[in-house]
Amino acid sequence: MEESKYFHTQEVSIVLAGEAGQGIQTLQKILVNSLRKNYHIYAAKEFMSRVRGGINSTEIRVAHKRIQAFVDQIDILIPIHKDVMKRKSILKRINDSTVIIGDKEIMDENDLKGYNFVNVPFTKIAKEIGGKIYFNVIATGMLVGILDIEQDLVIEVIKQHFQKKSQEIIENNIKAIKKGYEIGNKLEAEETIVVEIQPEEDLTHNLILNGSEAIGLGAIAGGCNFIASYPMSPSTGVLVYLSKMSREFEIVVEQTEDEISAINMSLGAWYAGARAMVTTSGGGFALMDESLSLAGMTETPIVIHVAQRPGPATGLPTRTSQGELQHVLYAGHGDFPRIMLAPGTIEEGIELSQQAFNLADKFQVPVIILTDQYYVDSFYNLKELDLKKFKNEYHIIETDENYKRYELTEDGISPRGIPGYGKGFVAADSDEHYENGRITEDHDVRIQMVQKRLNKLNLLKENIIPPVFTGKKEYKGLIIGWGSTFSIIAEAVENLKNEQLGFLHFKQIYPLHPIIDEYISKADFTIVIENNVTGQFSNLIQQEICKKIDHRILKYNGLPFAVEEVETRIKEIIERRKKHD
Amino acid sequence: MTKSRFDFDTDIAWCPGCGNFDILKSLKLALEENNVDPEKLCLVSGIGQAAKLPQYVKTSYFNGLHGRALPVATGIHLSNPELTVIVHSGDGDGYGEGGNHFLHAVRKNPNITLVIHNNMVYGLTKGQGSPTSQIGFKNPVQTEGVYEPPFNAIATAISLDVSFAARAFSGDVEETKNILKKAISNKGFSLVEILQPCVSFNKVNTFSWFKKHSYYVGENYDPNDKFNAFKKANEKEKFALGVIFTNSSKGILEEEISEYETKKQPLYKRRPDLEKLQRALNE
Repeated sequence: MEESKYFHTQEVSIVLAGEAGQGIQTLQKILVNSLRKNYHIYAAKEFMSRVRGGINSTEIRVAHKRIQAFVDQIDILIPIHKDVMKRKSILKRINDSTVIIGDKEIMDENDLKGYNFVNVPFTKIAKEIGGKIYFNVIATGMLVGILDIEQDLVIEVIKQHFQKKSQEIIENNIKAIKKGYEIGNKLEAEETIVVEIQPEEDLTHNLILNGSEAIGLGAIAGGCNFIASYPMSPSTGVLVYLSKMSREFEIVVEQTEDEISAINMSLGAWYAGARAMVTTSGGGFALMDESLSLAGMTETPIVIHVAQRPGPATGLPTRTSQGELQHVLYAGHGDFPRIMLAPGTIEEGIELSQQAFNLADKFQVPVIILTDQYYVDSFYNLKELDLKKFKNEYHIIETDENYKRYELTEDGISPRGIPGYGKGFVAADSDEHYENGRITEDHDVRIQMVQKRLNKLNLLKENIIPPVFTGKKEYKGLIIGWGSTFSIIAEAVENLKNEQLGFLHFKQIYPLHPIIDEYISKADFTIVIENNVTGQFSNLIQQEICKKIDHRILKYNGLPFAVEEVETRIKEIIERRKKHD
Repeated sequence: MTKSRFDFDTDIAWCPGCGNFDILKSLKLALEENNVDPEKLCLVSGIGQAAKLPQYVKTSYFNGLHGRALPVATGIHLSNPELTVIVHSGDGDGYGEGGNHFLHAVRKNPNITLVIHNNMVYGLTKGQGSPTSQIGFKNPVQTEGVYEPPFNAIATAISLDVSFAARAFSGDVEETKNILKKAISNKGFSLVEILQPCVSFNKVNTFSWFKKHSYYVGENYDPNDKFNAFKKANEKEKFALGVIFTNSSKGILEEEISEYETKKQPLYKRRPDLEKLQRALNE
């Protein structure tokens, strides 16, 4: 049995797939809550832009060590709709080590030919319990049975999950879990599928947060007390999270009539002393363009979370992309400095979001956090978080009678007063202005003010968050990535340990840390990996340091990279290079 | 004019004879008589001739983008409800570029005042038709005359149950001041539309035209009757002046949200409770 490809001791990748509205999310939630104290888990979802129908799937990786990346491999597939076995993006991921556990009755038999399909009459059993609706819970029970979770723990989770339902429904769900559990145990006894994974550490105090929650949590830790936004996938999770926390943590939440209103309201809030943010995606950010420039001109701080999805225009609304780097970098008319951050891990998301508010406050510039659908919808278990490490610096001053909002100072930063705090008046103007904020067309003042604003870029360059290096110190090939791809690339590079590879991950993408020059100089060749079609980060690097990037691994079908895919594509490049040598 | 704490000595960019001078005068008088503290006042504007007004007042102000003053003002007010927030906007800025914000600011009902300087023409861009231009108004762009009926902001605001809607005429400084005083002290969103001649670009709707085409609703008028107010707002022959509609039944934005339920402190005085956040995480 040890030899069998259906025997998993290190990790197992489970994919649940079905129609929107069939309850995959419920299934995932119960499963994750049952597993989280016993295994390291990672989960990501992909879904169509529809509330009902279509085919959505969620991947849950269960492992003995920490994992935080998406893989293509499916070890166990649970199709709860016949169209799952018709969807190309899922079929591509099935191979001879995949066990498909489903109900023949709801599948098209032709679709199952040639696959390792295990039939479980979920529908029939569900009807015996009380209705088709129990299909998913039986499947959940089966999975926890295979994963050897204590039955009592799962029953607790079920009770919790269905607490608002009637006693009958709760009891039927418990029956369904127990029935599923039996099936799971039987499948394991028959060695159809065996999972014997031991976590390498105690997970009792681990947390589970997804990307949206990370950005939201970091924002609260950074003193965010105002969010105005307009709902747009995949950015809305942050708005929802802050809304959920708003009463407890005193956060003003405004859902506005459009994105233009959202950013202007947040700018008004910062101007009057709040710490505000907006969350949006590419299309919404495009609407904020002029207002971003307003932030630049009035030197009003602002934090903007842009959760990327594939464009142009509406594109693929529920899918993932890293295609907004260039858009965000060049947005806004006129010249003004900005900071762009892009977290790779959940922990980085919390840290960068917290820092964003302090950077915005200190330098009086827009700080944009770039995530994407893959990032915001993925989660894994984290070690206990200590929030004590987060320090906030506030830069608002009490004004006096002679206060000038745009006072020319050596470093270009004018002390920021707010209306109603002090004896001075705070005039903020979108027109070119004197030091006191009043408008002017004096060309000498214009030059001074343009320079003052741009001088802040030099300050920003002294405060860049450095990139993270992993892999071989003596590398030949340098892999470069940014944002959400971090864990995927890191796992791929680790798997390619026989190659001489280093991996440099950027969590601040603008201004770009000059150390990249040294890293590139040491490499025989460079590969930049990113989820867009033109290699936007590669182009930025080339522009900033005048060095050519040798290879680009790009993906733009709307799906995230998978670990295996990155491995294969890096290997292909190495092979090609050998042939040319 | 008598000295005011709000006087700011500077070069004024309006054309001589512009109705905006009178509006500025009325505003300063209203602020003085309402005992508004200049340090607790914040003016907000977008772009246009009306939007220049804050430049000429000694107080704090945020002069932002064309059409976007209302969201900025709402943000300012929500982060510090102790401030008196007044927006000055024109018919193009407030009803054209900012039309959507206007509708939703009325719905949200923040405790701010919106003063629209309505001269029925674009002044800053030199004479094109505006959302309130009268049908037939000829200009360099609508060369055959404007064909769209003018936007009726007061009627629209009443239909959205606005907290306060009034109309004034800039030429009557005393009455405009009185209306502004009521608007500023009203709790909730207050709309004051001030009819105003543009001496450079509107040769039709002049000072004497406005005088001839307006009248005061008078002391016996009841602004609490929504349907009557709506009728008043829709009169075509002459513009009704005065407080057209008031509605105290509507919840005020900052009283509807939980952040000011128990604490009145503006947001700049608040700090995140990281210990509480830690506890919430560990649960």
